[in-house]
Amino acid sequence: MTGRTLAIARKELIQLRRDPRSLILAFLLPPALILFFGYAIRFDIDDIRLVVWDGDRTQTTDRLVDAFVRSGKFTVVGRLTDYGDAGDWLVRGDALAVLAIPPGFTADLAAGRPAPLQLLLDGSDANTATIALDYAHGVARAFSVRATLEGRAIAPPVRTASRVWYNESLESRNMVVPGLIAVIGSIIAALLTALTIAREWERGTMEQLVSTPVREIEIVAGKLLPYLAIGLVDVALTVLLGTLLFQVPFRGSVLLLFLLTVPFLVASLTFGMFISAAVRSQVLATQFAMIATYLPALLLSGFIFAIANMPAILRALTYLFPARFYVDVTKAVFLKGVGLEVLWEEALALVLFAVAGLALTMRVLKKEVA
Amino acid sequence: MTAAHDVSVEARDLARKFGDFTAVDSVSFAVRPGEIFGFLGPNGAGKTTTLRMLTSLLPPTSGGATVAGHDVATQGQQVRRSIGYMSQLFSLYLDLRVIENLELFAGLYDLPPERVGERIGWALETAGLEDRREALTGTLPLGLKQRLALGCAVLDEPPVLFLDEPTSGVDPAARRRFWDLIDRLAEDGTTVLVSTHYMEEAEYCHRLALMNRGRLIALDRPAALREEFPGTILDVRLDGDPARAVAALEDVEAASDIGMYGRALHVRVDDPDVGRRAVVDRLTREGLGVRSAEAVPPSLEDVFVARVGQEGGALGG
Repeated sequence: MTGRTLAIARKELIQLRRDPRSLILAFLLPPALILFFGYAIRFDIDDIRLVVWDGDRTQTTDRLVDAFVRSGKFTVVGRLTDYGDAGDWLVRGDALAVLAIPPGFTADLAAGRPAPLQLLLDGSDANTATIALDYAHGVARAFSVRATLEGRAIAPPVRTASRVWYNESLESRNMVVPGLIAVIGSIIAALLTALTIAREWERGTMEQLVSTPVREIEIVAGKLLPYLAIGLVDVALTVLLGTLLFQVPFRGSVLLLFLLTVPFLVASLTFGMFISAAVRSQVLATQFAMIATYLPALLLSGFIFAIANMPAILRALTYLFPARFYVDVTKAVFLKGVGLEVLWEEALALVLFAVAGLALTMRVLKKEVA
Repeated sequence: MTAAHDVSVEARDLARKFGDFTAVDSVSFAVRPGEIFGFLGPNGAGKTTTLRMLTSLLPPTSGGATVAGHDVATQGQQVRRSIGYMSQLFSLYLDLRVIENLELFAGLYDLPPERVGERIGWALETAGLEDRREALTGTLPLGLKQRLALGCAVLDEPPVLFLDEPTSGVDPAARRRFWDLIDRLAEDGTTVLVSTHYMEEAEYCHRLALMNRGRLIALDRPAALREEFPGTILDVRLDGDPARAVAALEDVEAASDIGMYGRALHVRVDDPDVGRRAVVDRLTREGLGVRSAEAVPPSLEDVFVARVGQEGGALGG
């Protein structure tokens, strides 16, 4: 068994080495994605264009606006004399947020009554809006605490009426790197593995392969091993870049992360191979695999959109994809530092996905050959 | 191994359907060790399907077959250990070097490490590729690729070799060299089953199975098939258009199985003299200018056409 498996694995590696496109996908795309996602989320939020409508006009409200500016996150780009103009600024995109201070704010503050503020946000860029909202909360809270210390309580200090819908998930870009590992695993599955079996069918080499004593399991294992190795290298690369470049904390066990990465990669890779064997065309296989592994890893894993905020149907769908469980694992290992005592359910799910993927691939291969 | 038996490959009422379509219809034959056994027929005659069943790649719908003593339906793994197979399309890895393809197949056939070097050396020498071992397979001319594919297929010296239209697309000289290799393998005891639609290639076979529309319509040595030919073949050369001549002869009773043979016309007649007179009369009357009409020995193509006619069937798949 091992001799034939190794013969195929060796052949796959040679073919990979001679194919620049595959090499780029395998070794350049993952770091590029980390840089892309890491920096895309880091930028754009240091310079939030703010318009102020001050209906109170006191020293206190001046201090409040000043607190926004001094946070370093907001730039005041205009002042409104008429509250009714607020919408125009947002619609034109000249401002991302409008801070509205109602008349009587200072008096309410002085009297210890709740002193509401209004923040209007352009929610069409949901990520940035959410982050702006978080910053505004922070500024208002700090102002509130200081006000309380000076003997004046404000509660609740800021009320927001934003058009942001969801997206609490990006409170921290620490989430990005753990989630990205799942995306990268699925890209290898979708773009590299999905090609391998379809290519053999298209070129007629599969017929030759199966006329030898090689067994289905040996074909699958021989094709799996090289890509599993590449997947593990890419995960290691992501962890390194994430922790070194973006200072994402890594609190858990490296061994555990890789231990659970194996079933996730096996599940993704065999799924790519299953699709490849079923459709027998490289173009179709790539497209299907993108839909079946990459998109769920991106959209349904909790990487970008929090699963808790999804509609019930989508939430149920997430359980069909290993990425969901794997992102739970990576986030927990990275950020919480927990072990198998907490993650055993996810670990079990990933192993089941891997076994199912292997069984499915073997089955379709057996059937297709006949 | 069951090398002591005098039957290397045997098919008993072997049949395969794809839905309603019968690709192979109850085919039976037995092949001796060291024999070169050919399947001749047009595309769609069922040659490839028969070979794929014998290699255990495709399960039969009914009937059965044994290869080197192993049942193709139930002992696929043992069958695949006993055979070499060259499929219709050239199917080695073009992005591997010559030597890498050979090493891959050495691995797939579980060749013991101590034999790998010797067998690969043999294959390179046999295929005439010793000075091309580092060449990318995709850069080889087709004739060399096919010899390399043959070398890979017989790397572990299988007792039975299956070749599905092995020389399609190569020039006659390269085809001749390829067949020299096959002759050598057969002389050394390898049983060779080969499908072809080249008449010239069919002549190299020890015995021929003529197939049409999934059925085995004749099975014998090429010479015997010609000897048993019913009637005589007239080779007719014309000044006029051969296609018009085919139409003109259609209702001439003495002439049957009229076909174009290059620029000439082949017509089967029962009696050479009566037949020639009838054919020449008709063609002359149609103004097609008969230059000659000679009786010639039947080619395998003539045999094939006549056999199809005897079966009452049409040619084709």
